Amino acid sequence: MLRWIVLLPLLGAAINGLLNRRLPRPAVGAIACGAVGLSFVLSVVAFLRLVSMPADARLLTDIVAPWLGYGPLHVDLGFALDPLSGVMALIVTGVGLLIHIYSLGYMSHDKGFQRFFTYLNLFIFAMMTLVLGENLLMLFVGWEGVGLCSYLLISFWFNEEANAIAGKKAFVVNRIGDFGFLIGTFLLGVTLLPHLGAGEGLFSFRTMQHHAAALAPAATAIALLLFVGATGKSAQIPLYIWLPDAMAGPTPVSALIHAATMVTAGVYMIARMNFLYVLSPTAMHVVTVVGAATAIVAATIAMTQNDIKKVLAYSTVSQLGYMVMACGLGAFAAGIFHVMTHAFFKALLFLGSGSVIHAMSGEQDMRVMGGLAKKLPITFWTFLAGTFAIAGVFPLAGFFSKDEILWKAFSSDGGGITLWAVAFLVAGLTAFYMMRLVVLTFHGENRASHEVRHHIHESPLSMTLPLVVLAVLSVVGGWIGWPAFLGGANHFEHWLAPVFAGGGHEVAAAATHGGEALAHGVAAAHGAAEAHGGGHVALERGLAAASLAWGLLGLTLGFIVYSRRTKVADAVRGLAGGWPYRVLLNKYYVDEAYQGAFIRPGFRLSKTVLWKGVDAGVIDGLLVNGSALVVAVIGSLLRLLQNGLVRFYAWSFTVGVAVFFVYLSLKG
Amino acid sequence: MSLNHCLALAAAVFVTGMAGFVVRRNAIVMLMCIELMLSAVNIVFAAFSRHHGDAGGHVFVLMNFAVAAAEAAIGLAILVEIYRRRRTVDVDELKSLME
Repeated sequence: MLRWIVLLPLLGAAINGLLNRRLPRPAVGAIACGAVGLSFVLSVVAFLRLVSMPADARLLTDIVAPWLGYGPLHVDLGFALDPLSGVMALIVTGVGLLIHIYSLGYMSHDKGFQRFFTYLNLFIFAMMTLVLGENLLMLFVGWEGVGLCSYLLISFWFNEEANAIAGKKAFVVNRIGDFGFLIGTFLLGVTLLPHLGAGEGLFSFRTMQHHAAALAPAATAIALLLFVGATGKSAQIPLYIWLPDAMAGPTPVSALIHAATMVTAGVYMIARMNFLYVLSPTAMHVVTVVGAATAIVAATIAMTQNDIKKVLAYSTVSQLGYMVMACGLGAFAAGIFHVMTHAFFKALLFLGSGSVIHAMSGEQDMRVMGGLAKKLPITFWTFLAGTFAIAGVFPLAGFFSKDEILWKAFSSDGGGITLWAVAFLVAGLTAFYMMRLVVLTFHGENRASHEVRHHIHESPLSMTLPLVVLAVLSVVGGWIGWPAFLGGANHFEHWLAPVFAGGGHEVAAAATHGGEALAHGVAAAHGAAEAHGGGHVALERGLAAASLAWGLLGLTLGFIVYSRRTKVADAVRGLAGGWPYRVLLNKYYVDEAYQGAFIRPGFRLSKTVLWKGVDAGVIDGLLVNGSALVVAVIGSLLRLLQNGLVRFYAWSFTVGVAVFFVYLSLKG
Repeated sequence: MSLNHCLALAAAVFVTGMAGFVVRRNAIVMLMCIELMLSAVNIVFAAFSRHHGDAGGHVFVLMNFAVAAAEAAIGLAILVEIYRRRRTVDVDELKSLME
């Protein structure tokens, strides 16, 4: 059954892609949405079957065929569903379905309608391969597949050069990450191969988990190399630069791929490989620091951007930093929880921004928006729900997952007050820039041209319906993880506990911070706050209250500053001669730094050494023209023999025969 | 008359023919030289046939006569035709196949 979850979208892509323009648009939309819808239904069925199983035995596998087999090396083409991939499968197909439906409206006038849905289905296929893959190589196949679809969809409107460049940038940056990923995979295979039992698949997650101890000697190297891949896919420092540019693609793509699914692949991969990561405190520490740094850097940049989608893009980078940080702290369940809630509210926010852009006739600059609340009521209210959710307002979805991460940042072994403070600051910044976005877009007077203003209208039902569904999910989606300190049971963490069970103990064993830290580690392993003492509950409540108040403060400040923007915002901007603002507006000049450090020297190297030296000199000169020259010389020498003079030939025979006789007589 | 005498005669005839073929430029003379070389071979065949008491060599001699006659007929026909077109049978002039 699992194979059909993966293959149905591929089937949809094949039909739409091969018949392309021969199918009428409604048929294309029906096939694409139907394929994902069926896939979603099957995912739900599989998930329910998982639920009905005993907690320790929750695993469905579907081995399709043997793939590689050389001696002890043996890898299957197969799929597996466990609590972790179950959650991911529901997110991908569920949110994917909503975005497919939304795209029916959003892309209805686009001449690439068929192509768009082909790519979108292909993406779902690749993402499901990534999520349901039974082994690391299957995951990598999906990993590359989503990268390809991302490239295709970012440069979907390929007539614009900027879009083509953005797609290329995403592709190249991801390739750098994938290089690390691949080396890590090879290293893992080489390390594991001698320890393999008969019939065990080399890269199968179960095998790797079973032999985790054998990986210990190389764990740090493997974990860090795999993490390089994750920094590419999940847009972490230093490879985050492609994600904001990826906004060149159609907005549903931004919502589906660059907020809800593909970019969380890195987080999923780390969570999936948790048994490996917990073996290496060093790697965990690196993951934590990179995640935290990404979260704050991206959040500060998001405060100054004027393009509505760029703000959301940097916000996504920042939230991904949260998730990665959670994984680095060993709080894999919290990371995945945030993946889920973030998929709801960030997809909602992107789709809402798409609705705004649609209404504004393609305008993305918030400086010429404003006053859209009354004209787009559904978009406005759903967008507001998403904003409150991401700002961590109780009891919306974002509150629970973000607070879980904040608490883990405070209490885990790798965490502490500093890390908590960074994460806390990011939470406030998030609330602030999201409110800024809402105020600039929906509040006050409309600043667009008269003509654009005339066209503003609410989006069609196919677009508003997914908005409403996602808004409901953004509100209630976090309740599944209602934490213990508020009287809940945190079902979400319990649900994932079997997947991460081995990990927590290892963390505890690896910890060298003494008894108390050990207790925290074990508590994290069992995934429940009930192991904490009474003091912890009070502390947890206090921190949660503080972050809620902090989030509300951010929202309020954002509202005050930007609804009276001329005075306060300018005053803030004028701070210290305005240079902090300029630095943020220019995104810390990171792109320029890359330009100077890698790209321009790369061009110079290519031009002088590779082009004029290697290509023109060695390949063209020596190899291509050189071999031709050798043949020409030999040919002209041989031509001397073909003079057509019979007597010359006869002489040649005579001399040849004479030489032959001399040779024979000397030899004899 | 021993076998060696016969072989020496054959060698002398063959070298005469070969030298003529290489040195002369008249195609008709060259054809005659080819006949000489074939005759030298015939002598060798006949001598060995006699020496070993085996009639096989004689059969080859007869075969050679037939081939030589046929070749001379064709060669002469070609040369006559060439002469009619080019007014020469100097082989150094006849190299148009090369160009």
